Amino acid sequence: MNDMTQPELMHGHHGPAQGITRWLYTTNHKDIGTLYLWFSFAMFLIGGCMALVIRSELFQPGLQLVQPEFFNQMTTMHGLIMVFGAVMPAFVGLANWMIPLMVGAPDMALPRMNNLGFWILPFAFAMLLSTLLMEGGGPNFGWTFYAPLSTTYAPPSVTFFIFSVHMMGISSIMGAINVIATILNMRAPGMTMMKMPLFVWTWLITAFLLIAVMPVLAGVITMMLMDIHFGTSFFDAGGGGDPVLFQHLFWFFGHPEVYIMILPAFGIISHIVPTFSRKRLFGYASMVYATASIALLSFVVWAHHMFTVGLPLAGELFFMYSTMLIAVPTGVKVFNWVSTMFRGAISFETPMLFAIGFIVLFTIGGFSGLMLAISPADFQYHDTYFVVAHFHYVLVPGAVFSIIAGAYYWLPKWTGHMYNERLGQWHFWLSMIGVNLTFFPMHFIGLAGMPRRIPDYALQFADFNMIASIGGFMFGFSQLLFLYIVIKCIKGGEKAEAKPWEGAEGLEWQVASPAPYHTFAQPPRID
Amino acid sequence: MSSTHAQSDHDDHAQSYYVPAQSHWPIVAAIGLFLLMFGTGNMINEPDSALRWLGVIGFLIIVWMFFGWFGTVAKESMDGLYGEQMDRSFRWGMGWFIFSEVMFFAAFFGALFYVRQLAVPWLAGEGSNAMTHELLWPGFVAEWPLMTTPDAEKFPGPEQTINPWHLPLINTILLVSSSLTLTRAHHALQRDDRLTVTTWLAITLVLGLCFLIIQAEEYVEAYTELGLTLASGIYGGTFFILTGFHGLHVTMGSIILLVMLVRIMKGHFDAKHHFGFEAAAWYWHFVDVVWLGLFLFVYVF
Repeated sequence: MNDMTQPELMHGHHGPAQGITRWLYTTNHKDIGTLYLWFSFAMFLIGGCMALVIRSELFQPGLQLVQPEFFNQMTTMHGLIMVFGAVMPAFVGLANWMIPLMVGAPDMALPRMNNLGFWILPFAFAMLLSTLLMEGGGPNFGWTFYAPLSTTYAPPSVTFFIFSVHMMGISSIMGAINVIATILNMRAPGMTMMKMPLFVWTWLITAFLLIAVMPVLAGVITMMLMDIHFGTSFFDAGGGGDPVLFQHLFWFFGHPEVYIMILPAFGIISHIVPTFSRKRLFGYASMVYATASIALLSFVVWAHHMFTVGLPLAGELFFMYSTMLIAVPTGVKVFNWVSTMFRGAISFETPMLFAIGFIVLFTIGGFSGLMLAISPADFQYHDTYFVVAHFHYVLVPGAVFSIIAGAYYWLPKWTGHMYNERLGQWHFWLSMIGVNLTFFPMHFIGLAGMPRRIPDYALQFADFNMIASIGGFMFGFSQLLFLYIVIKCIKGGEKAEAKPWEGAEGLEWQVASPAPYHTFAQPPRID
Repeated sequence: MSSTHAQSDHDDHAQSYYVPAQSHWPIVAAIGLFLLMFGTGNMINEPDSALRWLGVIGFLIIVWMFFGWFGTVAKESMDGLYGEQMDRSFRWGMGWFIFSEVMFFAAFFGALFYVRQLAVPWLAGEGSNAMTHELLWPGFVAEWPLMTTPDAEKFPGPEQTINPWHLPLINTILLVSSSLTLTRAHHALQRDDRLTVTTWLAITLVLGLCFLIIQAEEYVEAYTELGLTLASGIYGGTFFILTGFHGLHVTMGSIILLVMLVRIMKGHFDAKHHFGFEAAAWYWHFVDVVWLGLFLFVYVF
């Protein structure tokens, strides 16, 4: 032990270390949360640029800007980066920042592993992005990397793709173990499970999903690696394997994965809506049970992504009905949010705007999901732009809006300053209009038969594609406004009180704004 | 150096939290992991590239990191910095880590059951797949173990499979007994009976090593005498991926037990506080249970 520093440390009042080592060596949940959030925003912009390459090429029919091979790399990398680099790390960042504050813990349960979980990510994504420069190009088989596209017909860089996904998986599992250990073990005395804030509940369930399915992803990419380099035939019917086996394994991971990207969003919305409605959340217990039901159901619906591969009839029926069942708990949630707003004294600050945008647009995405769940109808919709419209509605105005809403909601707590409300409102309306311009027309061109992941298309799709491209650029560039608002808020602005929102509840509003480097060195008492 | 002091380790608090101070080990681990992955990727893609050595460097960094990081944790633990809460965090952490390992094996077991029960029969025309059978490989007959693959030129099937009542049975006996001997060691540790712990732990380790030697022998037989290889169709694939990853886990478990043996001999742990030992035991029992699944579904049935 270093005697010089010990007395200071013993009192727990010291601030962060100086210089770069603060970030490299940190065990502080707030530092790590900040790292995750900035990393995620950087990835959001990189993945967004790829989306804009896609939308530029699709602005008009015909091939004008990029080669089809590069277009495929863009769709693939856009998906991978947004899923694994932007949305998931953003939620982990929010979990790091907020869960210890919400449960009255001084930090995460396993702070060093927390640091490792973050620092794996920059390396993993550097390796993934570097594949674009390799001979044969980067991954071009879609973010779902179906075999044999990703095995027999893959570019050589697929090896590095596999290893980078392994690294992301290790990072996710460590992050999830940490979240679970924190929630189960670090709650302040008196905070029983059914008193936990919903963001904590949804993250507990999300972490369980992560630990359950990330290893399956690791397994399936390992089998890919074996097929490509070591002569096995897991996904090759010639050896008795089956390419459809890949899809089963992938979607056994992949469907819980989409709930991993939406359950924490539900949690955030369940904080923001009551705050700005100045009412308690309607139906807390039903929210908890609905979240748990969605998570459990997510393990038995995976093959609805595979209705057209030739499943036996019993499989088609089972996965159709089980998928539709998910609408019930999801409906409970939407009902509860709306009921919370009902007769509330609502004010429309930026977080609330994004939250309401979430509720409306996520519900649209949910309904198109129900349409896709109807197996016979899915034979028509499968692999069309209708699917693209569906999952972008749940992921962009769904997951991403909730992250943005959460960022505005908690920025005063993080920075000690209020963000510029006027600019925030501008950001919301530009995003709202941009997102709908981009993705709503995709429903129409999808139903009309335009396939996804194609750089060129028939003339009848031209108008809607042009609108989608204009909307895409509008949405993309308005995120630079968000960046500006956040930086401005960090640099200064109106001082934020400990509880900047009149209707807010929870332990995180009992600590000062900005939250001190160390909080709850002694556990608060919850009654 | 990563420091070992507690932030809020006051004596006057009824309950205080332990928050470890900054540490450089995680970033070392991240760099090591990256070099290992990047180097291995290069080794696989371009075996002649000089970059392949990065994998070796990464591996060495990871080994160094384990000594440093876990050494720090062991030291902190013996300095009495970890309270009951920290102990519970470690328990939750290890428990959920083992659950993630269970799911990793579940992926391979799932693949095995899927090909055995569905994919292979379908290739032979079962269900509504008569046309598939007719058009792809009309001569293909479903069987398990799959000795003749549909495309026998590309994937020549195995000539023979492994007799479960020979080496695998011995391995089952070895691994199950090693779980028992490990439990005896644990009970002795709870009585703080050092000599007995050391003895039973050493016996466990020897049983584990015997298992690995026999497993290696079995692989050699498979390749040289039975024609059972990675490339011998789906049977070879599922056989080697399941037994291979299991063997890897036995190897890791043995290394962990070896570390525990060294720590016991150095006088670490006491009758009450020995979660490091318990975590190692949990892991070993988990590996044992996986083996029982393997023995039944890969070898016997």
